[in-house]
Amino acid sequence: MNFKLRLNQWGGWLLAGGLALSLAGCGHQDAPAGTTAASTPSGTVSLLNVSYDPTRELYEDYNKAFADYWKQKTGQAVTIKQSHGGSGKQARSVIDGLEADVVTLALGYDIDAIQQAGLIQSNWQSRLPNRSTPFTSTIVFLVRKGNPKGIKDWDDLIKPGVSVITPNPKTSGGARWNYLAAWGYALRKNNGDEAAAKQFVSRLFKNVPVLDSGARGATTTFVERGIGDVLIAWENEALLAVKELGQDKFEIVVPSVSILAEPPVSVVDKVVDKRGTRAVAEAYLQYLYSEQGQEIAAKHYYRPQLKSVADKYAAQFPKLELFTIDQLFGGWDKAHRTHFADGGVFDQIYKP
Amino acid sequence: MQKALKPHSILPGFGLSLGFTLAYLGLVVLIPLATLLLKTSTLSWDRFWSLVTAERVLLACRLSFGAALVAALINLVFGVLIAWVLARYTFPGKRLIDGLVDLPFALPTAVAGIALTTLYAPSGWIGRYLQLLGIKASFTPLGIVIALTFIGLPFVVRTVQPVLQDLDRQLEEAAATLGANQLQTFRRVILPQLVPAILTGFALAFARGVGEYGSVVFISGNMPMKTEIAPLLIMAKLEQFDYTGATAIALVMLVASFAILLSINLLQWYSHKRYSGAGGGICL
Repeated sequence: MNFKLRLNQWGGWLLAGGLALSLAGCGHQDAPAGTTAASTPSGTVSLLNVSYDPTRELYEDYNKAFADYWKQKTGQAVTIKQSHGGSGKQARSVIDGLEADVVTLALGYDIDAIQQAGLIQSNWQSRLPNRSTPFTSTIVFLVRKGNPKGIKDWDDLIKPGVSVITPNPKTSGGARWNYLAAWGYALRKNNGDEAAAKQFVSRLFKNVPVLDSGARGATTTFVERGIGDVLIAWENEALLAVKELGQDKFEIVVPSVSILAEPPVSVVDKVVDKRGTRAVAEAYLQYLYSEQGQEIAAKHYYRPQLKSVADKYAAQFPKLELFTIDQLFGGWDKAHRTHFADGGVFDQIYKP
Repeated sequence: MQKALKPHSILPGFGLSLGFTLAYLGLVVLIPLATLLLKTSTLSWDRFWSLVTAERVLLACRLSFGAALVAALINLVFGVLIAWVLARYTFPGKRLIDGLVDLPFALPTAVAGIALTTLYAPSGWIGRYLQLLGIKASFTPLGIVIALTFIGLPFVVRTVQPVLQDLDRQLEEAAATLGANQLQTFRRVILPQLVPAILTGFALAFARGVGEYGSVVFISGNMPMKTEIAPLLIMAKLEQFDYTGATAIALVMLVASFAILLSINLLQWYSHKRYSGAGGGICL
């Protein structure tokens, strides 16, 4: 799995290199006409979408759909390049100079980091509907067929003898959603008692035998190596795992309460203004909210925001009580400082 | 000054080649490392100190250096053995085995990590039998040692093998005619000539092990305070966009690695001088 990831990283570099070259080429061709490639209605334009790992297939589908739509609307051909990797790693690449026109990452915290580096405007999250989150997901459990340990809800994960697989929140963005989902559940159950929540999450992590560095690594540990009784995972990852690996091996357990996972999107202002691709980049993100964009998201097991599509796929996404990170944690920045920064709650759990 | 530096040599172009060496090393090694130092220097001393002396960092460094040391020692013994067999004997399939030795070099470390974890996990081919013996390999420090042994093996073999091949057989024959038994010949005639090469191989395997990341993250389980290696802590800091924190740990590892390599080098020079009897050519 991580080998794939490495390849992707190389892919990212190659892409960046290719992009730089093609950019240079375009500049030469179009310089005499006084226009850039992007603003030529009949020319071609390219976008780079820097995203996180499990959205590869989703954006492959979506990019085709968007290219058709854009061609029909403006007559301009658009090619969209994709770069995938761990969310935080991708954000760092953009900060370090990977020329992404749009970023579609696993958590707002990572886009905030790019914003703090001065590449994105500070109001980014309010520029698109639903806090710039075109589709959502949530955190559910994957258990072995027949659910031998009888896991129904979060409480079952802290029982002695239950082995839980989740990646390390210090190295994986996705794992932070898992962690906060458990914390939020405990907080709600104990009427907001932080100490009780901390104890709950501590006990849960005492049941974790392996902390993989990323979400796909954790899935491998659970699925391939047969370690653990339950995997805490994003709903779309769990649905994909069941579909790919067979329903005769795994089952999804939906807890009573979980977190609303919001993977947000943003245009990278500095890059689109430099490359002259703002119009198409903005349209690219807006089209995610359209009926077709939402349909593609739903097909890839992400929860659509648009009601008509959500209704159509209602059977795929069980109803459960969802809380947001803003409601219970006061946003990513605060959640990060409290829980994941050095010396934060997560570190305290592992104090001997 | 120039006279003191300039050795008597029939090869011309000392000034030019030294200049090139310094410029090249500066560009490729020194400048990148200096940026590390520069980045770290934005931290206050107190902050730096509390960062690198945090219990978790110390434990991770101890694990990284400790596991690398154990793995390098294992490779020292078995690497010399393999080099011995490859240099001194002919047997069918020798070329193949000779080529296999380099595989850990060429393999992407992530591939090694995945393969080793699959083998040594409780459900794996080897792991399931180890489990019967009550040994847990993957997701324990033992797993880390296994991974580091794997990736460090070629270093010892490839440094010792050519020296063994070039050894003058006449010396051994002379020792035998003077009445030395096999053990004495090995200990007093062959081993001294091998020591510098063995030390070099050991140092290389050790250095590689300290910095290894790709293969270890899979097999270690990454449990804080228990099986967390220092490079993983650096990755964790980067994931939180804590660049200075990451470079602080990196700097500590750099300094420690350099100190260890330097002392091994000194040891090697010393042994070379002692055993070969050639006094000249070494100056610090």
